[in-house]
Amino acid sequence: MADQIVLNHVTKRFTTKTLGDIVAVDDFNLSVHEGECFSFLGPSGCGKSTTLRMIAGFEDLTEGEIELCGRLVSSKKKNLYIPPEERGLGMVFQAFAVWPHMNVFENVAFPLRIQKINKTEIDKRVKEALHHTSLTGLEKVFPGDLSGGQQQRIALARAIVTNPKVMLLDEPLSNLDPKLRETMRFEIKALQRKFNFTIIFVTHDQSEAMAISDRMMVCDMGKIMQIDTPENLYNKPCNRFVHNFLGESTFINVVIRDGKAYPKGHLDQPLDLKVPLDAAEEMVVATRPNEIALTGPGEGGFATHIEKRIFLTDRTEYLVPVGDQLLKVQTPHRIAFSQGEACSVHLVEPMWYPADDEAAEKERARRQLV
Amino acid sequence: MKKIGGVSAELAAVDGRKRLNMDKVMTAVCFVLLMIIVVIPIVMIIYNAFFYEGKLEVGMFVEQLTEPNNLGAMWNTLKIAIFTTILGTIMGVFYAWLLGRSDIPAKGLMRALFNIPYMFPPFLGAMAWDMMFNGRSGYINKWLVNLFGLSSMPININSVGGIVFVEVSYYFPFVFMQVVSALERMDPTLEESARIAGAKQRQVIWKITLPLVKPAISAGALLILTTSLAHFGVPAILGYAKRIYTLPTRIYEVIYNSGGSFDGIRQGAAISVMLVVVVALALILQNRILSSGSYDIIKGKSMRPTLIKLRGAKIPLFLLAIFTLVMIVIVPLVMIVLISFLKAYGLPLEFKNFTFAQYEKVFSANGTIASIRNSLFVSITAGIICMFLGTLVAYVVQKIKPKGKGVLEVISMLPYAIPGTVLSIGVILAWSGRIAGINLYNTIWIILVAYLARYLSFSMKTSSAALLQVHSSLEEAARVCGASHTEGLADITLPLIRPAMVSGFFLIFLPAMREVTTSILLYGPYTRTLGVQIYSLRDAGMIPQAAALATVAIGIIIVLNTIVTKLTKDKKGV
Repeated sequence: MADQIVLNHVTKRFTTKTLGDIVAVDDFNLSVHEGECFSFLGPSGCGKSTTLRMIAGFEDLTEGEIELCGRLVSSKKKNLYIPPEERGLGMVFQAFAVWPHMNVFENVAFPLRIQKINKTEIDKRVKEALHHTSLTGLEKVFPGDLSGGQQQRIALARAIVTNPKVMLLDEPLSNLDPKLRETMRFEIKALQRKFNFTIIFVTHDQSEAMAISDRMMVCDMGKIMQIDTPENLYNKPCNRFVHNFLGESTFINVVIRDGKAYPKGHLDQPLDLKVPLDAAEEMVVATRPNEIALTGPGEGGFATHIEKRIFLTDRTEYLVPVGDQLLKVQTPHRIAFSQGEACSVHLVEPMWYPADDEAAEKERARRQLV
Repeated sequence: MKKIGGVSAELAAVDGRKRLNMDKVMTAVCFVLLMIIVVIPIVMIIYNAFFYEGKLEVGMFVEQLTEPNNLGAMWNTLKIAIFTTILGTIMGVFYAWLLGRSDIPAKGLMRALFNIPYMFPPFLGAMAWDMMFNGRSGYINKWLVNLFGLSSMPININSVGGIVFVEVSYYFPFVFMQVVSALERMDPTLEESARIAGAKQRQVIWKITLPLVKPAISAGALLILTTSLAHFGVPAILGYAKRIYTLPTRIYEVIYNSGGSFDGIRQGAAISVMLVVVVALALILQNRILSSGSYDIIKGKSMRPTLIKLRGAKIPLFLLAIFTLVMIVIVPLVMIVLISFLKAYGLPLEFKNFTFAQYEKVFSANGTIASIRNSLFVSITAGIICMFLGTLVAYVVQKIKPKGKGVLEVISMLPYAIPGTVLSIGVILAWSGRIAGINLYNTIWIILVAYLARYLSFSMKTSSAALLQVHSSLEEAARVCGASHTEGLADITLPLIRPAMVSGFFLIFLPAMREVTTSILLYGPYTRTLGVQIYSLRDAGMIPQAAALATVAIGIIIVLNTIVTKLTKDKKGV
């Protein structure tokens, strides 16, 4: 498979009046394969949208270069910059960006009219695009009279009508209600199979990204955290941030003494864990609440009690003290403990991460102000 | 539950059953006041144009309609208004785009500076341009003749073209301000998606940006059109001497020549009807050409729009913008100030001819201090009354929504489309003793009544917009907390819209301070306004004195504007 989108050392720096220098995108290197659906995932301000806008050509780079379909489109070194209209992309925006002064047909026909394609060909291709986005019959309607879902379909039709090789989707579903979001997700995938374009999908919703992507990039504060398949990312997150971002997580701060892990500040009872050989003195143990087993006392594990019991729709959640930290455990309803009851917890193959980095937390707080 | 604005339908119904309904009182007060202020003067014009001593008499109207001077004036009015609108719109859109979408330097400063022409009284501008380019005695004209040894004056500002030029200079901000704010609110992805679709920057401007701001352009153009049609000052100062009349100056002349007799006023009423017809036709025409769509372009994330790089054109365009500002603000201002120091008009602008005597003369002349006092009094009073009355009408229309609220809204907006000159005639006809023996003619009160009619729509618009933002649940919450309808209104709604009321006041006070169009027909011996005083001094040939008073007037306007900006800057509310 050929690499269709390649980013080499792409960096973007801003200077703001209030916060000084911000590295919005810090040395991004990645390649997206032909026909792949690749997601950029991260919280707001992580650099995902800026990266997408650099690929689209709306922003210039501070350093590095971008290659699209084997053609260099942005390069700081060679002082090269191809404007967005010459990059041959399809793009769908969060706020739909359908033109309110044109009807559905004209919106979709616009890219073809710009290319000065003849009328019969335009009619044919618009009709086809509208057919694939279930908009047939709405040609003469103005976007203002249509629902959000229909407006987003216009944007999709407009993007596929030129048959682009690369499709950029900038949070296209986040202005839609949850039910519609799922439908549109399937429709986008169906269109991709039909027209065989490469997708870059930007979102801050991890479940959406996991459902749609072949591979994804998780980033935070302008840095790439990890690039992998959804499965690997969920099961083997490379750090605490990725772990927390990709699914419900629960953490225990631990100290290592004599090859055993104790909850931080409580050296009376060790956790029932095999400590990795390269562990530092202080570590964080991460796991998912539904992967922790809960048994009666005396069956091994870490002896404690139920602090609080919360009945959720599909499972029961328990808050269990480990030292002075509270561990979140979720079990099927059939495993029932009552509040205050003694129990023991078993952590199954948790992830080990270095202890919290205070500097990183400070930087995050600073960026939140942007 | 069906909502009717401030309180739910049920609540209102319960209120209505229990006791004398305050809503009903407010509605009644609105109707009565609007009747007196707006409806009676308009009815009086139509009645007097077509009826004489109780009998239908169209002879006088036909006579006025076929009078060649009036037809010429009508033609001039149309020509000036149409050219001013077209050129002003092009200029406004161009500068709005330049400041809103290009990478022109010093944007913040430029935006502030481009609002100045809006504050500059156009008739003072006309005065300054007349001083420079008068076809017989303009200072720059004379200088050019000497410099190049010309045989005649190169530029004649006392022409239709000159009037159009001066009006464009001071009216283009109407379009500029509307379009700049539309561009700022516009979702940049609308333009970006066109780039992605393959459109070049130039194509994006023509096919996406301009069509999307068309409603804003249209609204601004309409404002230029109606203002120009109704405008008195510029054509009076530049056209009068050359017998170039427009309908407003023609109305003034007819009444002035008849010495304020009833016949003269009736003739004025007949020409007024012509002017109103012209305005109505222009509005219909404008509506045909630029039917404004009503689409929402205010959504999306607030990403900064991609600014268009002007590259090589950057410096020339920047200089052009600065040059424009200098030409329409600084040059006229300097000219007025220089002339105000001259011993006598016509002397060369040299230091030895300068004196402070004109200021002494103008301020020792009786009438000058009085005119400033008069202007302050009527502007402040009209501002305050309109502020409350406008809010009352807005509340009735937006929240109480009685039967006939449409009528109420139309009546209060009517003066917006009716020229000030016409309104003055109506006020004279109504309040000079013919109705219930009330005679306000030659008193300051008649000017006040005319200002009320003219400016009411300003405060009503701002209060309306603010009231729309106050969600009905806020007043309902007060009711749940035990407040009565009156208390809810006084403690919740009014405080929330107070900033809008205050800005409504200044929206009236500032233009009223420099007003001429309305007061030129209404002033009496002791009730000259500031604008009228400057106009009369100039008319009497005392141009340096007029310039001295104009300098003072501009000073007052600058000071007031600064205070207003300071005051309104950190106001909280809706």
